Amino acid sequence: MSLENRVAEIIIDKLGVKPEQVTPEAQFDTDLGADSIDQYELIMGFEDAFGLRIDEDEATKLTTVGKVVNYLKEKGLD
Amino acid sequence: MRKRIVITGVGAISPVGLAVPESWKNVLAGRSGVRRMTLVDPEEFPSQIAGEVKNFDPLDYLDPKLAKRTDRYTQFAMIASREAFADSGLEGNISPERLGVIVGSGIGGITTLEREHKVAMERGVRRINPFFCPMMISNIAAGRVGIDIGAKGLNFATVTACASSGHAIAIAADMIRLGRADAILAGGSEAPMTLTGVGGFCALKALSTRNDDPETSSRPFDRDRDGFVIAEGGAVVILEDLEHALNRGAEIYAELAGSGMTCDAYHITAPAEGGEGSARAMKLAMEDAGIVPEQVDYINAHGTSTKLNDINETMAIKAALGEEIAKRIMVSSTKSVTGHMLGAAGAIEAIFTSFALRDGIVPPTATLINPDEGCDLDYVPGKARKAELTYALSNSLGFGGHNVTLTLKKYMGE
Repeated sequence: MSLENRVAEIIIDKLGVKPEQVTPEAQFDTDLGADSIDQYELIMGFEDAFGLRIDEDEATKLTTVGKVVNYLKEKGLD
Repeated sequence: MRKRIVITGVGAISPVGLAVPESWKNVLAGRSGVRRMTLVDPEEFPSQIAGEVKNFDPLDYLDPKLAKRTDRYTQFAMIASREAFADSGLEGNISPERLGVIVGSGIGGITTLEREHKVAMERGVRRINPFFCPMMISNIAAGRVGIDIGAKGLNFATVTACASSGHAIAIAADMIRLGRADAILAGGSEAPMTLTGVGGFCALKALSTRNDDPETSSRPFDRDRDGFVIAEGGAVVILEDLEHALNRGAEIYAELAGSGMTCDAYHITAPAEGGEGSARAMKLAMEDAGIVPEQVDYINAHGTSTKLNDINETMAIKAALGEEIAKRIMVSSTKSVTGHMLGAAGAIEAIFTSFALRDGIVPPTATLINPDEGCDLDYVPGKARKAELTYALSNSLGFGGHNVTLTLKKYMGE
């Protein structure tokens, strides 16, 4: 499964959104309805799935689906 | 003049039904909801039986995201509240700021607590789910009900173990009398079926070990009783200012005529000698309703099926009403079929008591065959009994020595 799909799967599971809502531009808060606790849980979901630790400073910048995918690619994941 | 408070809506999810009508039918028929435990592996426990809510899927009621972010105990409170609120017809007929919520729990989100504790031990504290605290705390059911119903008035939880929802109802009535709300969703919920939940009560030797016969294991007042049967569920009533209810033409189930609350100040789990604290609660509840013992027709007992409760509660009833009256009236324990729903017990029993008054039928102590020595009241063994009732008491007692008695009255118009 591609990195994009794996990320999307986590988002769909944690936020209970529909697959078509998970576009690269989608904002977690305004587009996908995630409050701050949802977003902490999402970050933990990415950490668990990809076996890395995301610092709080970095986590606050990951506001869209696309930014998460790019971040993970920069960390050498594919 | 003192405001009159009435019950205008009821909701319950219990071991004997997913809604009130089914639960009432089964309680009247004496059909037990106790079976072998399935929610936890019972193999290690001396008590392997429980009153579990059957055929329950949270997704039948809640969207997947909400279902995942609410503990089972909160789900029960939400489902019971929805039923009660719909039943009351209050939607659109009350200002949200005048609608309150008092929903208690003996324990709170122990399923969530156990799961996340395991995560912390096995994978480290950084893996604790951020929803852990707001899922586990014992007031979150009340908070969730507020959100779900859109009730913006007073909102809090009562936490007095097995008396929690009895207190919720007593306090809610007082709050309405004080003018702090026009109507309140009052009740409680519990979901204790976890390793430590069941294990803890087993360690206390509080639970029945009649594993070979689950359906008669909860035997209040019987000489062969050997402990209570742990159970789960949620129950909520709508208490409303009578005037408010009449103005909107609401259906009225019964009147909440008064309450009495005391503490044994004696022992953390054992009742005081002769049920002294419980007797005082019953006396206060009668006084509060402005009635004398002669006027009481029925008592829905706490009746847990433990050695100590049933004998002491019997003594308490005699002390509160006088021996002669105590022997004349009917006393029954619906825990004989539901098991002990802990924080939800007081509210579901208040519902059953209201229905008994309304329908003129007393639910039985279904499993009682041989009354114990000293248990010499009319416990309505085996079968429900038709009877014209006007006043009834409903007792709830909790670890900590908390006692609460509600006085309910058949609604007979203005």
